[in-house]
Amino acid sequence: MMKRNLILLALVVMLAIAPLLIHPPGTVEFAGADGQAELVIGEIAPDYEPWFQPLWEPPSGEIESLLFALQAAIGAGLLGYYFGLRRGRRDADPAADDTAAARADRPRA
Amino acid sequence: MHIMEGYLPATHAALWAAVSAPFVIHGARRITRLVRETPEVKLLLAASGAYVFVLSALKLPSVTGSCSHPTGTGLAATLFGPTVTAVLGTIVLLFQALLLAHGGLTTLGANVFSMAIAGPFVAWGLFHGLTRMGAGAALAIFVAATLGDLATYVVTSLQLALAFPDPAGGIAGAASKFLGIFALTQVPLAISEGLLTVVVFNMLGRYSRSELKALDLFRGRVAS
Repeated sequence: MMKRNLILLALVVMLAIAPLLIHPPGTVEFAGADGQAELVIGEIAPDYEPWFQPLWEPPSGEIESLLFALQAAIGAGLLGYYFGLRRGRRDADPAADDTAAARADRPRA
Repeated sequence: MHIMEGYLPATHAALWAAVSAPFVIHGARRITRLVRETPEVKLLLAASGAYVFVLSALKLPSVTGSCSHPTGTGLAATLFGPTVTAVLGTIVLLFQALLLAHGGLTTLGANVFSMAIAGPFVAWGLFHGLTRMGAGAALAIFVAATLGDLATYVVTSLQLALAFPDPAGGIAGAASKFLGIFALTQVPLAISEGLLTVVVFNMLGRYSRSELKALDLFRGRVAS
């Protein structure tokens, strides 16, 4: 399973790098799709004015990437904790997992 | 896929909020029941939410020369069903609306509908449809996560097309413009999400068999 997962992860990395290789530096901006949609809205409805502003905006690109990194870190930390815990439990007592599975099979009141 | 704050006319914003709210409320009730009746899956629920958190923070380059991010909702949708995922997705979208000014409070209903309802329903339906037809778990989860991700971006494009019909081409014309941005950019990212979700699913099959059984994911069949 380990090997198959590594192949799948390598494919993901390739999919992320390929666009950078396809487009020579400087030819495209790799801007956000959300921002491009905003431009199209501006073309379709030039008179449209957003009627509500965000309550708070990150004051700079640095702060924004800090918060994005924080979001990813919270998620990755929790996922890592989960799999670490499960793996530790399974390695400590391989039978426990099956017992728990059997317990889950019992009909609940 | 975020529709930015203030970028939906008030009527649309209210409508999408009204459409999304029942799903989120139903999901919140299901979570309460799930945690009470099957407490052993609590941590897996948190991990599935964490997966949405990580993936929706990863802005990746795409072949179209722009960047977008996966949604991560296919995993939770498969494990816990679409309405539970609606709650998890709403939490992530709120985080991004309040702290990152991505998306917004007025557009929350519409963004919840595309990322936390439409995508998860597609993923959930595909997974269970395919496994019932005898497809292997890995193939089913790959197709489910990939097309669920893509569905989110298709729905966002349609939402924007309904709000901003093209003066010449109407709603269809606008839809093709928005699909050209969102859906096309999303194709390789959706495939990435499909592959990543298979990896996580493989790990769950190895380390979390008891939880998968408790969730009755394979209707008695043991996950391999």
